[in-house]
Amino acid sequence: MNIKKYNEIAEKNKPQKQVLKHTFNAFIVGGIIGMIGEFFLNFYQKIFSFSEKEATPIMLITLILIAAILTGLGIYDRLGDFAGAGSFIPITGFSNAMTSSALEARSEGLVTGIGANIFKLGGAVITFGIVASFIVGGLRYVITYFW
Amino acid sequence: MSSPISGSSFVFDNVYIQSVATTAGIVEYQGPLGHYFDKHYPDHYHHNVSYEQAEIEMLKDALLICLKNGKVKKEEIDFYFGGDLNNQLTACYYYANHLHRPFIGLYSACSTIGLALANASIMIENHNIHKAIACTVSHNATAERQFRYPLEYGIQRKETMTFTATGSVAVYLSNKPSSIRIESITLGKVIDYDQYDANDMGRAMAPAALDTYLQHMKDLKRDGTYYDLILTGDLSHYGKTIMKDLLKEENQKYNEYDDCGCLLYDVTQNVYQGGSGPVCNALVSFGYIYKMMLQGKYKRVLVLATGALLNPVMTNQKLSIPCVCHGYVLEVVV
Repeated sequence: MNIKKYNEIAEKNKPQKQVLKHTFNAFIVGGIIGMIGEFFLNFYQKIFSFSEKEATPIMLITLILIAAILTGLGIYDRLGDFAGAGSFIPITGFSNAMTSSALEARSEGLVTGIGANIFKLGGAVITFGIVASFIVGGLRYVITYFW
Repeated sequence: MSSPISGSSFVFDNVYIQSVATTAGIVEYQGPLGHYFDKHYPDHYHHNVSYEQAEIEMLKDALLICLKNGKVKKEEIDFYFGGDLNNQLTACYYYANHLHRPFIGLYSACSTIGLALANASIMIENHNIHKAIACTVSHNATAERQFRYPLEYGIQRKETMTFTATGSVAVYLSNKPSSIRIESITLGKVIDYDQYDANDMGRAMAPAALDTYLQHMKDLKRDGTYYDLILTGDLSHYGKTIMKDLLKEENQKYNEYDDCGCLLYDVTQNVYQGGSGPVCNALVSFGYIYKMMLQGKYKRVLVLATGALLNPVMTNQKLSIPCVCHGYVLEVVV
């Protein structure tokens, strides 16, 4: 049997992607995470009389902490399996990537384990985040220089 | 006496299974075959500090139960054959120093038990050795770590994914007659059908299973109906439908066909397409099928242990996945 024929047979039997269901789940869960963020933003502004600029990083830290704790409790990976990009794209997803890598490497010690592995998955986000901000920042500088 | 090779197959006259032992993780225990396993563990750590050490303990338990059931001391075994999924066969070699006998480590991914049984059987048949143990072990968490992502990483798995089974199996073989024997084996070729998706093992491995199946039938001049059951290793639900189509395409007739990855778990368990891993096929064959054969449900069973020989580095370098399949026949001695 040749590869082309085999791929035809395999494609015919392939399990369906549940695009609609996954998109809906991602939309709902992503929205809820955004809502929780909004709640904390308002909460800190009301209770501690922070300005919005001051309350934003504290709100982000709160979300990061919650996601890290949920990862440790083994809940976030189940949420991720359900929501996909809905829980993966917000900052909670980044927190989960770091915490899960750290948890995995815990048995190898603090430095050689956690220290060396914590950015295993998050490293790509940081690297390309810096590259992207360099490019966008450079473009912005050039554009504003001429305008 | 010595059986000459015919194609890629050997027929044996005096390789008998003396005892088997199966240990399983909690998810496998909760599956439909759970109560067939000799031992299970309440969690993924089994009171160890890491998953790797838990894996070593599972292998230890399987070997000790197997030796106890076979009424043999570990020093009396001539050779041990076995392997796991970890780099440097961690689980096997880190326990092998307790056995005080030569340990032959084999890597053939999820088809390790097939390769181990083949090696042990050939040596026993030729009277090179008298007693051998073939064993394998895998742990979901260590395999996930090595081949995929950290366990707690919240990512959506692809619909074609399989779930690496947790557990360990040991099979004690010798030339002393018993109720079930290894009748023949067929060693498979490494097959590459240009499949690139590391999250779709069933599709990558099905051609290897078909190749070994056809080779086995050709070498031994048999057809599928000779066997009561044909069992593939870990093709999972998706791979099983492909395999069925492939068999139809090749005009192969058979009595019953199933896949270990589909039998090990219930559809309600969150295991995507089904089970995989070296122990998936071994748990089903020697935990469930072996006992069914003792009860007389099956007389002859052809097991095709499939394995995807992938390396995550090479997958990232965009190379396709080589696959292999080793077949062995279990037969009730009349």
